[in-house]
Amino acid sequence: MTQVLGEVSQSWAVKNDQSRSEAFLKSLDPRVRLVSCVLLAFLISAMHDLGALTLALGVGLGLSLSSRLPLWTTIRKVIVVDSFIVVLMLTLPFTMEGEALFSVWGWDASKEGLYRAAEVGLKANAILFSLMGLVGIMEPSVLGHALYRLKVPAKLVHLFLFTVRYIDVFYKEYKTMRMAMKARGFVPRTNIHTLRSIGYLIGMMLVRSLERSDRIMEAMKCRGFDGRFHILNNMKIETRDRIFSVCAAVVILGLLAVEYF
Amino acid sequence: MHIVDGALSNPVLIGGGVIAAAGVAYSLKKLEPEDLPRVGVLSAVFFVVSLIHVPLGFSSVHLILNGLLGIILGWAAFPALVVALLLQAVFFGFGGLTVLGVNAVNIAFPAVMVFFICRWGITAQQQNLAKLVADALFAIFFVLSIWASVSLYETYQVEGATWRVSVNSISLALFAVVMIYGYILYRRKILSVAGFWGFLGGSLSIFFTAIMVAISLALSGDEFAKAAEFVIVAHFPVMAVEGILTAATIQLITKVKPELINAVR
Repeated sequence: MTQVLGEVSQSWAVKNDQSRSEAFLKSLDPRVRLVSCVLLAFLISAMHDLGALTLALGVGLGLSLSSRLPLWTTIRKVIVVDSFIVVLMLTLPFTMEGEALFSVWGWDASKEGLYRAAEVGLKANAILFSLMGLVGIMEPSVLGHALYRLKVPAKLVHLFLFTVRYIDVFYKEYKTMRMAMKARGFVPRTNIHTLRSIGYLIGMMLVRSLERSDRIMEAMKCRGFDGRFHILNNMKIETRDRIFSVCAAVVILGLLAVEYF
Repeated sequence: MHIVDGALSNPVLIGGGVIAAAGVAYSLKKLEPEDLPRVGVLSAVFFVVSLIHVPLGFSSVHLILNGLLGIILGWAAFPALVVALLLQAVFFGFGGLTVLGVNAVNIAFPAVMVFFICRWGITAQQQNLAKLVADALFAIFFVLSIWASVSLYETYQVEGATWRVSVNSISLALFAVVMIYGYILYRRKILSVAGFWGFLGGSLSIFFTAIMVAISLALSGDEFAKAAEFVIVAHFPVMAVEGILTAATIQLITKVKPELINAVR
């Protein structure tokens, strides 16, 4: 399991081994989860009605809860993402023109701007929660396989799988080199020395990665690589996937209905 | 640098998605299966690199290094960045699913541009031409900075400076200042010729990215116009940081393993 990509999927893997009490969402076919998540995300980003968006946020929260995300990791993630959004939300009322509601230091906050800020905040969080609940709990490699089965170009999927495979390797290498620098008294500051040292570190990682990729290629050729990867993961649509698909369709149509009526 | 879900308007999202898909399709067509492990491993390195935080004053910035990515990977920067952004969106929650296309274009397109603008200066066998162009560029930046500061001064004199006019001149002046800074480093022999072109690539790619982020924000609605201007001005320190980092990396690579620059075509 790729450690850098998150404790979420890691803790899931451990739990999965110990007890068989999986959340319903996790037992679903990855393709169904991915497709319904993408559809939901695009629908949410196209909606404008605040009521419908609140409902969508509820759906997202429900998905996150029912997939039993680890609480603290999730909260930390949400806080990091929301700290970006808060900046946008705080400035929007003042930069959008419209009916003035109140003013701070001579800047008028408009009603339209406040409405727009609420819209952006709701949208971003609704999409974030449904993404975390449906796709974020997948193993990265399973996500790659699902993409392959969904007819995403094979080369892109292979690139994805390679990247996922080697992120951890190079993260470890990065940590080792940083440790070595630390042992020699390197403290990052705002100066050219720091930038140059980190630049050399990156250069060294690139050099090593090229050498490693040559070894990988040789190993692959040695095992008869002919430009094709065989994805062994056979995914099957079962009854529970059909049930979930119908539910997802109902939710999506329901959100559309709230938006337009 | 990442735009979050929900801020952009639908036409911008669709346009970004279409352009990103076209870029990925073109570069995948060019990519040989033999090169897949190289590109995959290099994009894993760039993913890890994007987790590094560099201190900058009281805060810190995280690296993008799309200039370096473009110089090394060329067109393959498109799929590499799409993969990295997808991973970040799904597993970190940064960026987002619907803005994936726009973010990919904003970061990968400058990378490819830098590949065409700066790579020849790094790989040039006869360095005289590269040196000559570097000097010419310095002259251009110098004139640019003087012109920008004069126009800034004039707007203050004449009309007390509206925010929009002053932002444009300020960013022009700051752009020239960053570039001149790189040239001074090169003149003082801290950067080699290849290093100077690396600096140019690293900082230009951030500049283009900031402009494209600003454009995609501004296209989405007038309410983001100020945010868009803020994005451009806020990126000048990042430009300098990424420029120097890219320069150092390029210098190391040209000394230790020059074939790395031609690793992927």
